[in-house]
Amino acid sequence: MTGTRSASIFAFALLAPALLYIIGIVAYPLVDTINLSFTNAALRPTYDWVGWANYDKIFKANFSEVIIRTVIWTFFSVSIKMIIGTCGAVLLNAAVPGRALFRILTMPPWIVPMAIGIFMWGWMYNGQFGMISGLLQNFGIVDKPVAWLAYGNTAFWATIVTDVWIGVPLVTIYLLAAMQSIPRDLYEAAWTDGAGRFYRFRRITLPMIVPAMVTMSMLSLIATFNSFDIIWILTRGGPSGSTTTMIIDTYKTAIGSYKYGEGAARAVMICLFLSVFCLAYFRVVGKINTGERA
Amino acid sequence: MTVQPLDIATEKTAHPDDDAARAPVATKKARAAKAVRPMIDRYKWYEYAAIYAGIALFLFFVLAPFIEGFMVSLKPLSRLFSSPYSFWPSEGSLTAYFTMWESVPGFWRYIVNSLFISTAATVIVLIMVVPAAYAFARFPFPGRGPLLAAFLAVNMFSGAVLLIPLFRLMRQLGLLNTYWAMIVPGAAFLIPSAIWLLRTYMMRIPRELDEAAWVDGASRLYTLRRVILPIAMPGIAVVAITTFIGAYAQQFIFALTFNSKTEFMPLPIGLFAYFGRQEVVWNELMAASFVGIAPVLVLIVFLQRYLVAGLTAGAVKT
Repeated sequence: MTGTRSASIFAFALLAPALLYIIGIVAYPLVDTINLSFTNAALRPTYDWVGWANYDKIFKANFSEVIIRTVIWTFFSVSIKMIIGTCGAVLLNAAVPGRALFRILTMPPWIVPMAIGIFMWGWMYNGQFGMISGLLQNFGIVDKPVAWLAYGNTAFWATIVTDVWIGVPLVTIYLLAAMQSIPRDLYEAAWTDGAGRFYRFRRITLPMIVPAMVTMSMLSLIATFNSFDIIWILTRGGPSGSTTTMIIDTYKTAIGSYKYGEGAARAVMICLFLSVFCLAYFRVVGKINTGERA
Repeated sequence: MTVQPLDIATEKTAHPDDDAARAPVATKKARAAKAVRPMIDRYKWYEYAAIYAGIALFLFFVLAPFIEGFMVSLKPLSRLFSSPYSFWPSEGSLTAYFTMWESVPGFWRYIVNSLFISTAATVIVLIMVVPAAYAFARFPFPGRGPLLAAFLAVNMFSGAVLLIPLFRLMRQLGLLNTYWAMIVPGAAFLIPSAIWLLRTYMMRIPRELDEAAWVDGASRLYTLRRVILPIAMPGIAVVAITTFIGAYAQQFIFALTFNSKTEFMPLPIGLFAYFGRQEVVWNELMAASFVGIAPVLVLIVFLQRYLVAGLTAGAVKT
């Protein structure tokens, strides 16, 4: 097309609605968060600039504990998701009858409103009558009911399991798609040369899906780090703070106690963490992509 | 790249080989080649057993809450709260599916609200995204790369991080406790993925079409409306479906924080009120959940191909 100048103007005109929308609903609030984090904003209409006071305050309190808890929670959730998701993708990639049906059956946790899936887990974890406690008792693994959400330790893992459950379909389907895009010739050539199934997996499948695995683990890292619904519905950060991740902590401070300024400081810390993740992500992805072209 | 075309592609390459093998001049090599194709996918009985056992275990993990939830919805409350635990409902009945309409008076309203909020968000997203995706797909304007990256970076932030300023913004605009308080922020977080997805689709439309229209004297806007839009319709449909599902699945935090009016609550929040009670009427809660998700579960069967396409378009390689 001719006229690069007018083409650029046209392109910006096309972009304008989306751009303005994102600036209004995401960029401006982001700047506002940073701004508020240096103030003592609360419910009252006026507030003052307080400098780094909010940051001082949160680090003197239990904030580093919250950070460590969030990192552990995220680490285990993402790792387990990736492991189960990869296994699921390998299984569903096998050329066995019924696999089209199995693929559809993998999707519900991802498609269904998250909150509703979590309600069901809420019942599963019910100590007296829930499925997990019940089955473990029936099989004689535990001898009395375990109220999973009532103790810090079990609640921590219970929320991880539910987060894994919600994330696994996405990982599975994504990696399955990556596996299906591997040219079949590679497998046939290897097969002709006498390579076994496991060898083919290790030498063809695995290296070919590494870029997709990196992308997926970064995406689920971001999603998991931001995970709110699961913990809020199941435990609201309890018992006694044992499932309070950074997001929950921010929500409790800002919306629960109306400390907007302090909550904003906590939110800024989340953004810092996420920016580091994302920089690392673009680095790694950039490396993999250039490596592929070479 | 999507799953489907690749399957077709492998099938197509299979045919010439088969023909070659059937030809009278078939050499040993060609005959061997014919045998190769099915053999590579052939499993021994114990491999079948292991694969099916693995799939069963995997699907059990994925589906257990739904199965258990369904069983619970069939059990009378007295049976539910009794030990020892039994999986099968011994006095199963559909009673909860009838009584729930009275115990959850706003149930219909919640479902309609959910559908309305998702539909409105989808419409907003489409209006924003169709032109933006076209711009990213076609025009090499200055700053295209960084702008696209900036859009994608939005995915980094969840609503929870920006909740405080969004709350203040909604209050300033007078949108608190209206549908818009849930629709407007919800749509913003669906825009980036939708742009990415539709851009990938539009990049596959041959550039010659635009150029032909240009040569014929069509304006740029006319070209977009009359040439590109009709061809991009399948892609727009995929984006609409994935956006709608996303909007339907993620109604929680904004609805929890920005709206306190029962008549505007979407389904998850409406049911959350019952979930939080001292004595949860589990069988009715589960029955309500199932009625609420039934439309989506039916949709999966018909739309799963589009969902996979939507998921993997930006994913595998671009």
